[in-house]
Amino acid sequence: MTRTSQSIQKGEVLLAVDQVSLSFGGVKAITDVSFDIRKGEIRAIIGPNGAGKTSMLNVINGFYHPQQGKITFKGQTRSKMRPSVAAAQGIARTFQNVALFKGMSTLDNIMSGRTLKMNSHFFWQCLRHGPAMAEEIRHREFVEDIIDFLEIQAIRKVPVGKLPYGLQKRVELGRALAMEPDLLLLDEPMAGMNLEEKEDMSRFIIDVNTQYGTTIALIEHDMGVVMDLSDRVVVLEYGRKLADGTPDEVKADQSVIDAYLGVAH
Amino acid sequence: MATCEDTFPKLLMRNAVLYGDLPALRHKYLGIWQTWTWAEVAEIVRAYAQGLQDLGLVHGDTIAIIGTNRPKLYWSMMAAQCLGAIPVPVYADSVAEEMVYVLEHAGVTMAAVQDQEQVDKIFSVADRLPKLKAVLYDWGRGLRDYDDDRLHAIDSLIIEGRTHFQKDPRTVTALSHLIEQGKGSDVSVILYTSGTTGRSKGVMLSAERCIAAAKDSVSFDRLDENDQVLAYLPLAWVGDHYMNYAQGLVAGFCMACPESTDTVEQDLREIGPSFYFAPPRVFENLLTRVTIRMEDAGAFKRWLFKTFIGIAKNYGEDILNGKSVPLGGRLLYALGNLLIYAPLKNVLGFSRIRVGYTAGEAIGPELFSFYRSLGMNLKQLYGQTEAFLYVTVQPDGEIRADTVGPLAPHVEVKLTESGEVLFKSPGMFLGYFRDDERTAETLADDGFIKTGDAGFFEPESGHLKIIDRAKDVGKLKTGSLFPPKYIENKLKFFPNIKEAVLFGDGHDFATCFINIDLTAVGNWAERNNVSYASYQELAGHPDVYAMIADHVTDTNRSLAHEPLMAGAQIKRFLILHKELDADDGELTRTQKVRRGFIAERYATLIEALYNGTELADITTEVTFEDGRKGAISARVRISDCPVFSHEIGKAA
Repeated sequence: MTRTSQSIQKGEVLLAVDQVSLSFGGVKAITDVSFDIRKGEIRAIIGPNGAGKTSMLNVINGFYHPQQGKITFKGQTRSKMRPSVAAAQGIARTFQNVALFKGMSTLDNIMSGRTLKMNSHFFWQCLRHGPAMAEEIRHREFVEDIIDFLEIQAIRKVPVGKLPYGLQKRVELGRALAMEPDLLLLDEPMAGMNLEEKEDMSRFIIDVNTQYGTTIALIEHDMGVVMDLSDRVVVLEYGRKLADGTPDEVKADQSVIDAYLGVAH
Repeated sequence: MATCEDTFPKLLMRNAVLYGDLPALRHKYLGIWQTWTWAEVAEIVRAYAQGLQDLGLVHGDTIAIIGTNRPKLYWSMMAAQCLGAIPVPVYADSVAEEMVYVLEHAGVTMAAVQDQEQVDKIFSVADRLPKLKAVLYDWGRGLRDYDDDRLHAIDSLIIEGRTHFQKDPRTVTALSHLIEQGKGSDVSVILYTSGTTGRSKGVMLSAERCIAAAKDSVSFDRLDENDQVLAYLPLAWVGDHYMNYAQGLVAGFCMACPESTDTVEQDLREIGPSFYFAPPRVFENLLTRVTIRMEDAGAFKRWLFKTFIGIAKNYGEDILNGKSVPLGGRLLYALGNLLIYAPLKNVLGFSRIRVGYTAGEAIGPELFSFYRSLGMNLKQLYGQTEAFLYVTVQPDGEIRADTVGPLAPHVEVKLTESGEVLFKSPGMFLGYFRDDERTAETLADDGFIKTGDAGFFEPESGHLKIIDRAKDVGKLKTGSLFPPKYIENKLKFFPNIKEAVLFGDGHDFATCFINIDLTAVGNWAERNNVSYASYQELAGHPDVYAMIADHVTDTNRSLAHEPLMAGAQIKRFLILHKELDADDGELTRTQKVRRGFIAERYATLIEALYNGTELADITTEVTFEDGRKGAISARVRISDCPVFSHEIGKAA
C-alpha cells in the first residue's frame, strides 16, 4: 500500500533561497542558486560530490553566511544569522558524520534537543527541583514519544558511542525531532547503511513527514531512495542549479543525466 | 468459591469481582509501566466485545490475533470469547505466504493485529480471504493514509462500545447474558502447531478443558493472585496461551507485557516475575552471554565467579532439593549467594522466581544444573499443544535434568510396543480444525492421543524419559541405535554451537551439520584478533573448525561412555555457511529443526559427508522477511573426527 498521492504544490513556501552565492576565498561553493521549500513536502537536494549540497544546508541553517542573496524563512528575510537563531526559529538538522554526545545515553542525547524549549530558571535547573522538575517531566514525555516513534526503546539507556552506526543515525534524527522543527534538514541520512537500514530510515522519514507534518529537506546519494521519497528534487552541480522539479522530471532531464553519467566535452 | 466458571469471559468477570483492585495486566509504554486492574480489564473487554458485535462478529466466527504480546491483543482474545467467537493466534513473524495458509484454513472473518506491518501483510493476501470483513489494529502509526473501510482502530472500537452502552443500557445486560450463556464445551481457541512435520494443524481446545487443566497446574504450583509473569512468548504458542493466558485468568495473577521484543531482558529485570517459563534456548542464550561477559571481566572478578560457581555446583542443588549438606558448604554457599548468585539472578531478572519451567526441547544437564545451583527452582515438564499442556511435570524435590518427571495430575499415559508415548489429559484437544483425517491419525482407538515421541518410564522413579521423535530414532547400518536429537543436544550445550543437525539413519556412521553461535564465536574472534566480515567467513575459518572439532571429539568421548549410544559417534562434520532460519523454512517458528527439509535442501552436502571429499560447493536460496529472495553460494569444508571405542578414552 502506498501513500495517497500528494499534489506537488504542497502549500505555501516555507523557505526560499534567492540567488545565493557563497565562496571561500577564491573557491566558489555556490553560485547564484534559487529554489524554495514548501510546507509539508520532502525536498531532496542531490548532486555529485563537491556540488555544494552540504554548503547549501549550512547556508540554510545559518552556519555559513552567503556573500550574495537572501534566505526567507517563514516570511522573514535574512542574510546573516547564527545557527542558534536558526534553531530557535525552527530549523533542525542532522549531520553527515554523526555528531552526537558519545558518552551520553540515547535518552540524554534526545533530551538535549529540548534545551531550547526549557524555560525554567538556571538556578532550578541546577537543583533539578521545583519548576525545573515539572518541566523536565513534560519534556521527558515528549522525548519518550519520539523513542517510541523511532522504536529505540531497547537502547534508551545505552551510551550512543556503543551503538552501531545505523542506530546512531536514528538517535540523531530523534534529537532533531525533539526540537519540534518546522524544517528538518537531513544530511545524508542513509550514508553507510545497508539495504535494510536504508528501508527502515526511509520509513521513518516518511512517517515523520506524514505524522508530524514536518517539512524535510534532505541530501542523499542513493538515487533510488531519493526518487522514492521526495516530492521535489533540486539538482546541483559545481555550485550551480542544474534542474528542479518532480523526481520524474528530474530523471528525464538531459543535463542531469549528463552530470551523473558523464558526457564527452 | 463457585466452580461454575467454565469459560474465560466468566473467569474474567469473576476476577473483576474477587480481585477488582489487583493488577491484571501491565504494559510498559513511553518508558513507564502502565497497569490495568481486573475491574478495568473487565470493563474494557466488555466495551470492546460490544464494539466487535456491532461490527458483526458472532458466535462461531474465527478472528486472527497477530502481533507480539500486547494488552490490546489479549483483550481481543477475551472480547471475542465473550461473543463465543474463536480467537486464532498467529505467529507474528511469519511471512505473508505462511500466514495466509492459517488464515485461509481457519476462515477468519476478522483479524486483530499489532501494527502497519501486519496490516500490510494481511491486505497483500486479502484476495484469498473472501470472508475477511474487518482488520483491527493496535498501533496506528503509518496507517493514517490507508482508506480501506475494513480498517478500524481497536481503541475506537472500545470507545464505540462504551457509547453504545450509554445510549442503550439494555445492551449491557444483553452482553452479560451472552457471557453467561457461553458454553464450556464450545471451542475456545484454535492454536496452530508450528508444523515440525509439514503443514501446521489447527488444534481446537474447549474452554472447560483448558480451565480444568489450568486449575490442576495452578494448584500444583500454588500460584495465586499475587504472582506475576512476563508474557513474552509468541501468542500463537501453546506455552503463552497456557502459562500466561489460561493460568492467569484461573489464578488471577498479573501478566506484564514487554515494551518491545528487544527490551524483554530489561523488562524481565524490572518486573522480576515469580513464575517463569522459557524454552531451553533462552536459558542457553543467557548463559552464553553471562560466560562471555565474565571472560571480559578482570582477573579477580573472573576468579571470584569461577570459585563460587564451583561451590554452587557442589552444594547448590542439594540445598535446593532439601538434602543434607555439611555446615561448611552451607556457609560457603551463603557467602556465594551474597557475592555472586543473588546479584547474578538480579541482573537476569530471576530474583523473585518461585517456580520456573523449561520445556519444548531437551535441556543440557549442565545448563539445567547451572541455574538450579544458583538457587532457582527450575523444573522440567513435557507437554503438547494437543494435551494443553502438561503430560508429565516435575514436582518440587524430584528434579532431574535427564527426565521430564512423573505424570501430571489427572493425566494417563501408556506406551506402545515401539516405545511411543500416548496420553489422555484434562486439557486434551477436541480435534484438528477442518482436518478429520489427521485427527483420526492422531487418536488411538481407545481415545488416547499419540505424541509421536519415543520414551520410556524409569522403573525406580516412575519418571518419563523422552529419547526423540519416534520417527526420527533410526538405526545405522552397523545396527546401533541412532537418536539424532539426543546427540544434537549434547553438541548444543557448547556455547559455540548454536544448532546441530545429525544424519546417519541407514548410513555406516553418523555425520553432522553445525551452526556456530555468532555471539560466542564472534566474541572469541574479537579476543583472538581473528577478523571476519560475515557469518559465512567466520564459519569457514580454520581456527573455528579446529575449535568445533574439539567439541565434536568431546561429544564422541562422552557418547563412548554410554553403551546404547557408543555406536552413534560422529565421524565427519561440516560447519554450514549460513545460519538455519525459519524464514527459509529450515526451522519452525518455534525454532525447531525441520530435519527432512534440511536433508533435501542440502542433499549435496550430505552426499559429500559420506563420499569422503574434503570440499563441497553449494548454492542455497534465502528468503528475506519481506518475502524477497536471494542466493548464497559457498564452498564448505568437511572435517574428520576421531571416534572412541566403548572402553573409555581410547581412540578406535
